[in-house]
Amino acid sequence: MNKIGERLYNGLIKENPTFVLALGMCPTLAVTTSAMNGLGMGLTTTAVLVLSNLIISLLRKVIPNRVRIPAFIVIVASFVTMVQLLLQAYLPSLNESLGVYIPLIVVNCIILGRAESYAYHNKPIASFFDGLGMGLGFAVALTLIGAVRELLGLGTVFGYKVTPAGYVPMNIFVLAPGAFFVLAIITAIQNAIKDKMPEQKKKDSKHPAGCTEDCTKCGQKGCEHRFYDADASTENPNKNEKEDK
Amino acid sequence: MAEEVLEKNNTTEKEVQGKKVNQELPIPYQVSSNPHVRSKSTTGSIMLMVIIALLPAAGFGIYNFGLKALLLIAVTICFAVGTEALCNIVRKQKQTVSDLSAIVTGLLLALNLPVNLPWWMAAIGAVFAILVVKMLFGGIGQNFMNPALGGRCFLLIAFPLQMTNFITDAYTGATPLAALKSGEAVKVTDMILGKTSGTIGETSMIAILIGACFLLITGIIDLKVPASYILSFALFVLVFGGHGWDPAYLAAQLAGGGLMLGAFFMATDYATRPITKWGQIVYGIFLGVMTGIFRLFGPSAEGVSYAIIIGNLLVPLIEKATAPIPFGYTRASFKAQKKGGKK
Repeated sequence: MNKIGERLYNGLIKENPTFVLALGMCPTLAVTTSAMNGLGMGLTTTAVLVLSNLIISLLRKVIPNRVRIPAFIVIVASFVTMVQLLLQAYLPSLNESLGVYIPLIVVNCIILGRAESYAYHNKPIASFFDGLGMGLGFAVALTLIGAVRELLGLGTVFGYKVTPAGYVPMNIFVLAPGAFFVLAIITAIQNAIKDKMPEQKKKDSKHPAGCTEDCTKCGQKGCEHRFYDADASTENPNKNEKEDK
Repeated sequence: MAEEVLEKNNTTEKEVQGKKVNQELPIPYQVSSNPHVRSKSTTGSIMLMVIIALLPAAGFGIYNFGLKALLLIAVTICFAVGTEALCNIVRKQKQTVSDLSAIVTGLLLALNLPVNLPWWMAAIGAVFAILVVKMLFGGIGQNFMNPALGGRCFLLIAFPLQMTNFITDAYTGATPLAALKSGEAVKVTDMILGKTSGTIGETSMIAILIGACFLLITGIIDLKVPASYILSFALFVLVFGGHGWDPAYLAAQLAGGGLMLGAFFMATDYATRPITKWGQIVYGIFLGVMTGIFRLFGPSAEGVSYAIIIGNLLVPLIEKATAPIPFGYTRASFKAQKKGGKK
């Protein structure tokens, strides 16, 4: 149970695919013109991610290491096709507004990234919840970006008018530049919050004892404040030799 | 005297060598790193000159469009300075408001706005110019794009209707450039004097040229960028304008819109133009060609601001391509040195 919670927390906050890992930028920037589009794209990706993670995890001992990427793509592509057919049947308007970005989920790097780094090495249940956490993290991020862009660019959120009558919407936020502005600003805000959280504080940012702040005369090689590597020329060859062995 | 000093130096050296080898020598003279000869001009004094040079254009704008123009200028300057001050306080950095660059940005932005623009839109433009274009990239000198033009282009995309509404009580027609584009006749004398519609500061060619002459005489700017910009634009219009050799059409293209304001006050911005001599000429020609393309073949009548910000983005490349050969090298030996260095 603990593992499930940890996976969900990891996907939603700690390694949020959009704001922390900066993966899947193409759909993030392209489809978030409104909160509804963002949510639709996020949930579609979540569905594909959860199912593909589960299947890849189940098949992880069957898929040979050499052809794992083509195998992942086949699995992901079949789920994307299913999801697209379902969308066409039941949510044609969403399908139309997301357009080509639904088929493009096949090559979404979040999905391939999770398959490669998590599902291929872990048990099915954990992989399932890893996909759920990552997918929901993506959906939350896209909905947030979409909501901000829609609010500033159209004066509405989820289609409901929320701004006063005198507000003149700023078109730029619905256009491409607005996506970059909003994504960058939200990422900056969440980084600022993260830096203030106690657990995220850097372990030892103080200068070591006896520091004269003169790195040229300092013998402490492990110091992270050391701004140049005096022994780089002599150390590097040794390093390479070790790696070769 | 000289011999005495020499003797003294010798004795200290010997004594030191006799006692301790590693002891540091007391240095008898001050050694400081270059530059050793400094000019008296500071960022603040240069910016003050630019503000003085902009006053004729701003004054004429207020005379032409009334007190609303003054209000808009005041709003953009206040918000630009306020944003910069706030940024420095929040980031706990040295306060840079006193170098007057935020005032120049605010003033230039206001001169690029139509007088009908609601004041809060102008305020958004000023905040964007300072916060996003200037301060987020590291403050004065670090901006990759002219802040005032960045703010103007942001407003142009954000509020296209309000930014292209030039109809006032005095002028109900289209801007001269728009009229020119749709094939109507324009009065060139009015355009040179400034009795036309347009943004606050761009209408009067004479007022802008007075300020530009002041900057040229005081040596704040030189003619490399403006001259190559205006000449290449004129040539482009002659070749592709479709009017052949028509002095009236050419004069209207030169006097209309933001060309003069852009060429003398915004393309010459120290932080966003190339440093190298040939780079500045290449940059000016590029701006002229881009402005020509935007004006003649683009959907809108004006293109100076987009041309300049695209030019700003290319500045690092232009500088790299036109890096001068250092003293003591020939072209061939410098190339050989560069190739050798890469290995």
